[in-house]
Amino acid sequence: MSAPTVTPKRVELDYTGSERLTMNMGPQHPSAHGVFRAVLTLEGETVIDVDSVIGYLHRCHEKLSETLTYAQYPSIASKTDYVAAMTSEFAYVRAAEVIGKFEVPKRAQYLRVITAELQRVASHLLWLGTWCMDMGGALGGGATIFLYCIRERELILDLFESLVGARLLYGFFQVGGVRYDIPSGWADSCRQTVDVIDQRISEYERMLENNPFFMARAQGVGVISRELAESVGISGPLLRGSGVAWDLRRADPYSSYEDFEFKVPVETAGDCFARYRVRMVEFRESLKIVRQALDKLPEGPISSRPGLKSVAQTRVPKGEAYVRVEGARGEVGCYLVADGSAKPYRMKWRGASFSNLAILPHIIPGHKVADIVAIMGSVDPVFGEVDR
Amino acid sequence: MLELVTPLIAPIVVLHVVIGIVTYVTLLERKFAARMQSRIGPYRVGYHGVLQPIADAVKLMMKEDVVPTAADKPVYNLAPIVFLVPCMFIFATLPFAPGLGVADLNIGVLFFLAVSSMEIVGLFMAGWGSNNKYALLSAMRAVNQVISYDLPFVFSALIPVVLAGSLKLSDIAAAQSGLWFIFYPVIGQLAFIAFIVSTVAAENRAPFDILEAESELVAGFRVEYSGMKFALIQLGEYAHILGASFLGALLFLGAWSGPGPEWLGPIWFLIKAMLVFLLVTWVRWSFVRIRVDQILALSWKALLPATLLLLLATAVVVVWRANAGL
Repeated sequence: MSAPTVTPKRVELDYTGSERLTMNMGPQHPSAHGVFRAVLTLEGETVIDVDSVIGYLHRCHEKLSETLTYAQYPSIASKTDYVAAMTSEFAYVRAAEVIGKFEVPKRAQYLRVITAELQRVASHLLWLGTWCMDMGGALGGGATIFLYCIRERELILDLFESLVGARLLYGFFQVGGVRYDIPSGWADSCRQTVDVIDQRISEYERMLENNPFFMARAQGVGVISRELAESVGISGPLLRGSGVAWDLRRADPYSSYEDFEFKVPVETAGDCFARYRVRMVEFRESLKIVRQALDKLPEGPISSRPGLKSVAQTRVPKGEAYVRVEGARGEVGCYLVADGSAKPYRMKWRGASFSNLAILPHIIPGHKVADIVAIMGSVDPVFGEVDR
Repeated sequence: MLELVTPLIAPIVVLHVVIGIVTYVTLLERKFAARMQSRIGPYRVGYHGVLQPIADAVKLMMKEDVVPTAADKPVYNLAPIVFLVPCMFIFATLPFAPGLGVADLNIGVLFFLAVSSMEIVGLFMAGWGSNNKYALLSAMRAVNQVISYDLPFVFSALIPVVLAGSLKLSDIAAAQSGLWFIFYPVIGQLAFIAFIVSTVAAENRAPFDILEAESELVAGFRVEYSGMKFALIQLGEYAHILGASFLGALLFLGAWSGPGPEWLGPIWFLIKAMLVFLLVTWVRWSFVRIRVDQILALSWKALLPATLLLLLATAVVVVWRANAGL
């Protein structure tokens, strides 16, 4: 099946003699954080064309992977999407496992699910905070909700710290299982954290959805139609916000996701508010999965392979595989070619943010300058994953 | 002798007191915002950060004053002064207690409203003179917004004038010795809400801070300003907020009336003004910013007709009460 081609939108305003203004938004811009540049063509306040420039955060990740062993690279894989570091590790080790047909013990699978879902919650919390900050300003209500979200994200980072020892980039996954078992008392503090966050998310919902200014900024802005969503190749909450029920955890289950009960939220409006709603439901569903996994956590080994004594210990037989997992931002794919040695022959990332960013020229033209930041925020790109 | 000296000294005293209060109002706001956001706020400089505003001021004075090469230099350099002066003028007619003020004009309210909308000239000069696209967009937004919100601001401020029957600020304050205008049934509360909304918008404060809009326009009209010029703009902005808070306290909250001896009057007035200021701050730190077209729609489609109708209703009520001999 070949996807229909779509051309980016151009808006022509029908008054003559108007002067167009070309304005750079970024890379030195509070909303672009030094890693993204949007070249805007404006007529007054209305954007008629947008050109995205990426590559400011390119760090040769794919080439780097050819020089690092299967035991070393998961810690580096964290750095592609540093906001949801667990997911990229997950994709990488699964690719190696698929090629080598390595077993993963049930307990390790459950631990992977727990960390991946907690990571999704942490990532969505950061998204909610920064999105509101983009809309509300660092010197306004946006900063308030940002600090609340960061406070809750901190609880999850504390959990990860007591599990792995690191707070942002983990190296928790390894080929054949996970690196650490949960320490004693961790399950209880995890349950408490989950309850706290569950309750706080309801507070944010009340704070935002009862706020007419927030609704005015989010509803009807940046509408992605279902046809556009399917043809451009976006994934994750963006796709589900446009009415497509597609979630890899359900569509192509991996790591025992079929054992858990959860809903795949779908909204049909396709605007910023629909994407916000999808993520708000995902918060709860992720917390639900964490609770179930903690309840059902089986006993047993955490890795099918012997403990690591040297970095070159893990060898993956010759073969290649494309493996995808559902990250916080959508489909995170890893294409791995192994040549039988301790290092991959070639590796290619499919970053969810990179593909999602392609939607911008289709939806931004026609909106006001202020809407760009709302739309950008609702797309939730992490530039580590875009540029790699 | 005293009659000659007082008019010379009073403005200097008021100016310095105002600058002092403005400096510390920033600390109050930062502490208040920090509480809202479960933070601590300034803490290191002095006891609980009480010296922070002074440290900030010294830092801003020491900073290099950068003038962009492509800027329109006379306009760029003049803009902060043109912005600051009207913001300071608004304190000229404010009586801080009976007979305590620079000039208690017969048309005090009118003077206040006229002068406070003059800051737009400075804003536009800053945006134009900087020769920066962000600043230019911000200046265009500024003109839009100030024109749209001055009218509801004026109409809501005129409601207490109609109730008191005078444009003189001390007369309006005296008329509230019995009942503060905010407690005037229905009209008082609605007028106060309209006043607060249009004040926030006229002051360019969040959620109406589309001129500054740092997530879109970086810092808007003041993106190119640094050092003391930036400090002057900041000072003018906070002076305007403070002046509007005093005006709100005077028009609706009974100015200096309060329990205790008469010399406590100015203190009561200050406390009430701070309450209005904190209310505005509370709004600022709870809402996300709204878009420029939504701001204009809110003014022209809702606030302006509403305040106009309210003003008419107030006039009808006042005339009816006068005829009925109440």
